[in-house]
Amino acid sequence: MTTESDKLESLVNRRYEHGFVTDIAADTMPPGLDEDVVRAISARKNEPEFMLEWRLRAYRQWRQMQEPTWAHVHYPPIDFEAISYFSAPMSDDDRPKSLDDVDPKLLETYDKLGIPLHERARLAGVAVDAVFDSVSVATTFKKKLSEAGVIFCPFSEAVENHPELVRKYLGSVVPQRDNFYASLNSAVFSDGSFVYIPKGVRCPMELSTYFRINAANTGQFERTLIIADEGSHVSYLEGCTAPMRDENQLHAAVVELVALGDAEIKYSTVQNWYPGDENGKGGIYNFVTKRGDCRGANSKISWTQVETGSAITWKYPSCILRGDNSVGEFYSVAVANNYQQADTGTKMIHIGRNTSSTIVSKGISAGHAQNAYRGLVRVMPQADGARNHTQCDSLLIGKECGAHTFPYMEIKNPGAKVEHEATTSKISANQLFYCRQRGISEEDAVNMIVNGFCKEVFKELPMEFAVEAQALLNVSLEGAVG
Amino acid sequence: MLEINDLKASIGGTEILRGLSLNVSAGEVHAIMGPNGSGKSTLAQVIAGHADYEVSSGTVTYMGENLLDLEPEERAREGIFLGFQYPVEIPGVNNAYLLKAAVNARRKHEGLAEIDAFEFLKLAKEKMALLDMDPKLLNRGVNEGFSGGEKKRNEILQMAMLEPKLAILDETDSGLDIDALRAVAKGVNALRSADRAIVLVTHYQRLLDYVEPDHVHVLSQGRIARSGDKSLALQLEEKGYDWVREAANG
Ligand SMILES: Nc1ncnc2c1ncn2[C@@H]1O[C@H](COP(=O)(O)OP(=O)(O)OP(=O)(O)O)[C@@H](O)[C@H]1O
Ligand SMILES: [Mg+2]
Repeated sequence: MTTESDKLESLVNRRYEHGFVTDIAADTMPPGLDEDVVRAISARKNEPEFMLEWRLRAYRQWRQMQEPTWAHVHYPPIDFEAISYFSAPMSDDDRPKSLDDVDPKLLETYDKLGIPLHERARLAGVAVDAVFDSVSVATTFKKKLSEAGVIFCPFSEAVENHPELVRKYLGSVVPQRDNFYASLNSAVFSDGSFVYIPKGVRCPMELSTYFRINAANTGQFERTLIIADEGSHVSYLEGCTAPMRDENQLHAAVVELVALGDAEIKYSTVQNWYPGDENGKGGIYNFVTKRGDCRGANSKISWTQVETGSAITWKYPSCILRGDNSVGEFYSVAVANNYQQADTGTKMIHIGRNTSSTIVSKGISAGHAQNAYRGLVRVMPQADGARNHTQCDSLLIGKECGAHTFPYMEIKNPGAKVEHEATTSKISANQLFYCRQRGISEEDAVNMIVNGFCKEVFKELPMEFAVEAQALLNVSLEGAVG
Repeated sequence: MLEINDLKASIGGTEILRGLSLNVSAGEVHAIMGPNGSGKSTLAQVIAGHADYEVSSGTVTYMGENLLDLEPEERAREGIFLGFQYPVEIPGVNNAYLLKAAVNARRKHEGLAEIDAFEFLKLAKEKMALLDMDPKLLNRGVNEGFSGGEKKRNEILQMAMLEPKLAILDETDSGLDIDALRAVAKGVNALRSADRAIVLVTHYQRLLDYVEPDHVHVLSQGRIARSGDKSLALQLEEKGYDWVREAANG
């Protein structure tokens, strides 16, 4: 007879459900990176001179830099010359005009993922106008946004249509030489999202984007820039699921947020990239730089993330609290199962007066996974009245996994109020038995306990995202019982 | 309803139940008494299906089925309820949520629709009033920070909501004040019916003053050393367990 804890082990070993490979022709550059590749990328995107210069500067800096090794993650060295740095998006003329023209295989994939019908057209790359024409939800969506003066478009479109905004803000939060992966991204970024909310505007709806990695062996370099002008407000959702594949895939995205005076940005992520198989083979390397700058007084930036995917996650959504009375928040659920490794957390940099930050981190480890919270709270000498509260909880499922907490504090203002609480708990065999004795299956019991553990974070997510996040968490921890 | 025949069970390589036999029929209330460490909780856990206990021989039949073939949750859905001696805390999981999930698991098994949220709340409040239980406990984490008595009442609340066919209460009366004891007894008596059976594991006569048992058994060293009617409990109260042990050995 198996013991309760053996069952726990098998329970958390369940195949990744959202792993389906789609074979879609992609226009891809040969592997390797040099200045010519950077030039070629820029040329293919018809970028203005300033963008090419900006990329080249980043590239030259990147060449001088070393891969960071301080994170609590282990992986074989990445051969950056073996990566292909460009996979062209199809031009509008080549795009399908409606869902009828879309590769049925891809549609099947969406079906398996349970993606709502009105999302599919956009995801399938149906020409933008066709999407908006065929879907009433999206039509109202576009109309409302333009009435409000909100700009929400692919990054490359913003470079073309709003170069002055791009020039002013790009790299102003995450400089080109910020870190190894951010530099690489700055040199070769493919595309991403651009958002501008004008003064005093409350964005009339949540802005959402699905990212997908679809071309084999192609590093994915997204670049997102969100600017909330004075007194504006925006909530942005980012979510993804990826096709299953064997070789490791590097993903190094950069997200920059700028909140001017009295502005508020809420950025929510559900991340579900392929984590690798039960033996730790394959999976996405997710090395992301996300940072928000509360540039104006009374501004607020709130990060909420639910991280269930990727083989390796290296990610610290941060806030620079520059404006007086500005507020930074970080709510995180990070799940690591099988051989996944997560090193995630946040940095809160208090510069302005009366700035406050809240950190709530929930780490769940199962299988052989390693889950680390790494957080920095820095209070500068001029930041009078700064306050931080950090709550950092770990939940262990099974006995082979690990949780690690690395809280750093640099307090240079003696008046600062900084609190840190940390707990580690385990799902015990007795808790599961108790639930089972009440007729609740082991799977449901684990889900119940995990969801209970995470609810503080889930309640920060927009409603429909919270539901999706909860389902995702259940999938990533489910296992065949018995 | 429940027939246990020559049951031997061990934990961590130590044999605890050493050839235990017991028959419980529908409509009956049995009290199981016995010294600390004699195997009362072990028996309860084995019936509920805790995987840490290994059954080496003997049979357990429940409603004509081999109980030992069923997973713990299947046993529960078939109507077996165990009130734990030490109810575990499950922080973060809402007490009402667990209760509702339990009720629905049972209903689903019986082919019934999920209970309506409003109806559930009404029913839970009713049962709590009967048990003189603070309604606030419904919205706390499962047993999280509950006092000893509150935990026991919570077990009885779950039992009352689930209406089991066979309820085994492992020292639910221990550590209760007089009012709580009465409340628990009320809950148990409310469940008493011709098609249900109740097994009370207890050390004290005082519960049996409120819930009158049809049969009383004394468990000693993993076996039923003596069985009798309610007067046996009174004799035990007077003479202690040594009397049974001597009688069993002699
Ligand atoms: N994991 C274990 N390994 C070895 N022995 C164990 C283990 N768990 C329980 N036991 C032993 O099994 C015996 C029976 O325990 P059990 O809990 O069934 O007794 P009980 O009759 O319920 O006692 P009490 O009246 O104190 O509740 C005890 O001697 C106990 O120490
Ligand atoms: Mg006991």
